[in-house]
Amino acid sequence: MKQIIDSFYQKKIWVYVLLCFLLLIVTIMSLSIGSSYIPILELLKHLVGLSDGQHEFTINVLRLPRLLLAFFVGASLSVSGLILQSIIRNPLASPDIIGITAGGSVGAMLFIVYIMGSISIHWLPLAAILGATCVAIIVYGLAWSNGVTPLRLVLIGIGVSAAMNAVITLLIVVSETSVTTKAYLWLTGSLYGATVQDVYGLLPWVLCFIPLTFLLAKTISVLELGDSLATSLGVNVQVFRFTLLFVSVALAGSAVAFAGGIGFIGLIAPHIAKKLVGYTLHSLVPIAALVGGLMVMIADLIARTAFLPLDLPAGVFTAGVGAPFFIYLLYKNRHI
Amino acid sequence: MQIIPKKEKQKWIVFIVSILIFIVAFILSISLGQRQIAFSTTLDAIFYYDETVTEHIIVVTSRLTRAVIATVIGTSLAIAGAMMQALTRNPLAAPDIFGINAGAIFFIVLAITLFSVDSLVHYMWIAFIGAAIAALCVYFLGTVGTGGLSPIRVVLSGAAVSALFVSFTQALLVVDEQRIQSILFWLAGSVAGRSMDMLLPILPFILGGGLLSLLLGGSINVFLSGEDVATGLGQKIALLKILIGVVVVLLAGGSVAIGGSIGFIGLIVPHIVRGLVGPDYRWIIPVSAFIGAGLLLLADVVARFLIMPQEVPVGVMTALIGTPFFIYIARRGLS
Repeated sequence: MKQIIDSFYQKKIWVYVLLCFLLLIVTIMSLSIGSSYIPILELLKHLVGLSDGQHEFTINVLRLPRLLLAFFVGASLSVSGLILQSIIRNPLASPDIIGITAGGSVGAMLFIVYIMGSISIHWLPLAAILGATCVAIIVYGLAWSNGVTPLRLVLIGIGVSAAMNAVITLLIVVSETSVTTKAYLWLTGSLYGATVQDVYGLLPWVLCFIPLTFLLAKTISVLELGDSLATSLGVNVQVFRFTLLFVSVALAGSAVAFAGGIGFIGLIAPHIAKKLVGYTLHSLVPIAALVGGLMVMIADLIARTAFLPLDLPAGVFTAGVGAPFFIYLLYKNRHI
Repeated sequence: MQIIPKKEKQKWIVFIVSILIFIVAFILSISLGQRQIAFSTTLDAIFYYDETVTEHIIVVTSRLTRAVIATVIGTSLAIAGAMMQALTRNPLAAPDIFGINAGAIFFIVLAITLFSVDSLVHYMWIAFIGAAIAALCVYFLGTVGTGGLSPIRVVLSGAAVSALFVSFTQALLVVDEQRIQSILFWLAGSVAGRSMDMLLPILPFILGGGLLSLLLGGSINVFLSGEDVATGLGQKIALLKILIGVVVVLLAGGSVAIGGSIGFIGLIVPHIVRGLVGPDYRWIIPVSAFIGAGLLLLADVVARFLIMPQEVPVGVMTALIGTPFFIYIARRGLS
């Protein structure tokens, strides 16, 4: 018995149990709470297919896609941040702070304003990823001077974000009024009006890149030991780092494409995951994905229900929690 | 002893050139625009105003106002930036980077959406309060820890505070969709479409802040030679810091209340000026004032022509000009 308990603690199974339990609770709450309340019993009946279908529209069309999208977006952003923090070796790195999210927004905005009429919306993630990749390359290149120091990367990322935000403002100002309001809502990071199509649009990216990160995790841990040691252990550091950067950018970019700039998830969720399971990257990837997904789900639940009938963007709540947390991190790392 | 007068002469030349740049930029600003108006007509409009001539009305009510407002904002932001760089000893300090603009805007939008405030005098006071709160936040965040105000930490705190305020502002705007259109152009930073009446109540505060900054020049020089030295020379450092803070809040808050968030002027101008006249704040402040006004006027002129027939908000222009400069300073200052 003791052995089982020990392994339970060592393997941190309790973390998975806890997170899955939370996931279940948040899922039930999200499906039942809203402008119309669905009692839990009714909800369960519906889920097992015993109801008369009166909540079909509310659950299947409105709430479930939104919930799933929130989870996948959060998971993508969180894993993206986790990768960045590892390869930059800086706890302050995250896709929004170094400008990757802003780049994704520019790509998506360009698509919405200029191309959307002629091409299917399914290409939107590609536009966002393209934008995010361009910005990542620009920031990385500008921060390069005999290697990249984390702080220079963060500073230049902040500068490039400012330029990207200027471009976004410009695009909003030149676009038509009907686009403006939509674009503005989207930029804040909102899951409003999520559809099943959105979920299917994001799913391939998540299913492709999060398992890939999981497979690469061991090598990432080697990379964290330092470039020279990693090289001597047989890792092609430059190629590997570039691959990881691309995976991180692709995850952040596709999340941005569907939910806009939900800020600070890529920063906080990996930190919470590290607190929960320590620094072994192998188990960090799934935990970070779960934590990130949960956070966006909770943020969206609050944003959707706290100020009924208003439906606020979830990004407001993630920023409300994330900015103070970022400041706390700055304080904690003050001696670096 | 021979070197000093020579340098002094160079500074006077820079000072006069900066005034000339400002005058040229001002003239360009009132004579160029969507509608072509001959330069002689522009002069006539100013000196022999005739309200039956359409061109005269355009020049006086639209362009002249716009140029005066750009001048006031450019001057304010440049001085505010110079003062902040002195106070924090940080080359990357500027009102927008520290989140002061974002703070002021959040409080104004809050007042507009929740309390239906719509008089400009109220905007102004709210902007001052918002700017002060954001500045205090960043200052305290940046000073915790052992190293005092480390440049990087302050920039990062500023980024966090900005992100927080921007996101709250967005929340308010999403709640109040009808107003997005009218507020947005102003959020992006613009000097167009304001009337003289909007400027007048704020002007005394900005003038006061500007004059105070000119008087502080000498003290700042002593302060910058090190806090120990300054204390030894009998300077009241706490008082000086508070006065600098007041100047920054008056100038940055005031310009946000008129023009919205116009970035990077406060960052770039003091650097250029320091390169030209050296580290003496008695010179940096007045020269920054003229160069700041000139730069914003020129940015505004370019903004009119870039995507005709529409206009680029001038805040977007300054951000696009300013980012390369920010990156240059970040690369140079930290390597």
